[in-house]
Amino acid sequence: MSDYDFTYYPGCSQSGSAEEYGDSTEAVCKALGIELTELPDWSCCGASSAHMTNDLLSVALPGRDLAEAKKLGRDVLVVCAACYSRMKIAQKRVLEDEELARRVEESVGEDPRFAGQVRHLLDVLVNDYGLARIKERVLLPLEGLKAVPYYGCLLVRPPEVCFCDSVENPTDLDRFLEALGVEVRPWSFKTDCCGGSLSLSRTDVTERLVNKLFTRAEEAGANCIVAACPMCVANLEMRQQPGKFSFKIPHHLPVLYFTELLGLAMTLPGTDRWLKSHIIDPMPLMAETKLMIPS
Amino acid sequence: MIHTVNRRLEAKLEERTGQKVRHCYQCKKCSAGCPVAFAMDPLPHEVMKLVQYGAEERLLKCSTIWLCASCETCSTRCPNDIDIAGVMDGLRRMSLESGLASEREIALFHKAFLNGIKLAGKTNESVLIGQYKALSGRLFDDLGLGAVMFLKGKVKMLPRVAKDRGAVRRIFKETEKGS
Ligand code: SF4
Ligand code: SF4
Repeated sequence: MSDYDFTYYPGCSQSGSAEEYGDSTEAVCKALGIELTELPDWSCCGASSAHMTNDLLSVALPGRDLAEAKKLGRDVLVVCAACYSRMKIAQKRVLEDEELARRVEESVGEDPRFAGQVRHLLDVLVNDYGLARIKERVLLPLEGLKAVPYYGCLLVRPPEVCFCDSVENPTDLDRFLEALGVEVRPWSFKTDCCGGSLSLSRTDVTERLVNKLFTRAEEAGANCIVAACPMCVANLEMRQQPGKFSFKIPHHLPVLYFTELLGLAMTLPGTDRWLKSHIIDPMPLMAETKLMIPS
Repeated sequence: MIHTVNRRLEAKLEERTGQKVRHCYQCKKCSAGCPVAFAMDPLPHEVMKLVQYGAEERLLKCSTIWLCASCETCSTRCPNDIDIAGVMDGLRRMSLESGLASEREIALFHKAFLNGIKLAGKTNESVLIGQYKALSGRLFDDLGLGAVMFLKGKVKMLPRVAKDRGAVRRIFKETEKGS
């Protein structure tokens, strides 16, 4: 048995638009001895759309997954910041509000009062596994990468359910990246919203938010943005497409997952496949920094 | 023009969301830090004022409650501990129930998203985009982007489904009136 033994809630994106996030998560966990057992027959957490339109539904959808997790007993590991937020909020509410818990139990048909912990992988790596031990596993220090860490909304807000060390200026991802040898560039937009929930419906609003993030990242001297949420990455990549799709000024900064960089630093097989599946191709940056030889 | 002040709306919102909008003293910190403020009318602090006035119809029709991205920046900064994002959620749900909702596209997106979950138990990019395009009639937006996503394997043709879709459908049925 491993010291780190979790029920894994993969979340929808990790086998779809963010497959590279799911695959890199599984690969780094395996390499570090973090054991993941997938939650059997999990369903979608409802994301923003449920909580924006129906309060009870927004607790009942993750409630079904919490009920499944309760049967297994282990702590739950999540990598999507939106799933993390929805599960943590639903869990807090069913544990604190018995009347609500009863209504959720009625609609789910099972007991949603899961009392174990729901953790984000970044939290486990930084705060349990420890950066000193991660450093020991780095075979290829990521010199040449200059990253701005992008937390977005749901890793830090609301602070009552989130793990980060500060709501206005979190440093968990900063410290993680430094442990991999990445140069972390200071910027003031770590926790600014990317407008993901409006990406398809009010593209005009989202584009302005995304454009601002890229412009500020470039001004900060970064050559990549690193995130821990598939919604943020998809939205940044989709809405940053060169002129022909949206912006007048094209940006080319790759947007990467923290798990992919850990895989790269540990020289895990599969890293090139993950990186190549991004909409904004990071391979030119990999070649320029000599972190990966183009094949 | 606001001619009357009544506390009905404030009381209704408190019942739904637990938030006490009367505590707002118009410091405007919420609007100052709101990333979407440039597109909003009224601004978040003005929404609070209008709630205090009881300007229900104006609020349920406004686009602000739909443009709010639920980023919670305002809620973490309000000196009076008002969860402004929670108030926006409450108003949005009331606006759906009353049939006064503006910003049809945003409401349709949420509907498409939830329909997808009801169908498969999980969210699939192909189903979501298809549902949204069918509901909104915006068939030709983002075609170039769609092609890139398809080539990069971002849109899977085979949908992911939960085995017990009945259980998920039942949740939708049981929570229908649950907003
Ligand atoms: S931050 Fe709070 S007190 Fe200040 S205007 Fe906004 S809601 Fe009112
Ligand atoms: S939660 Fe809504 S109102 Fe508050 S800062 Fe974010 S977008 Fe603005």
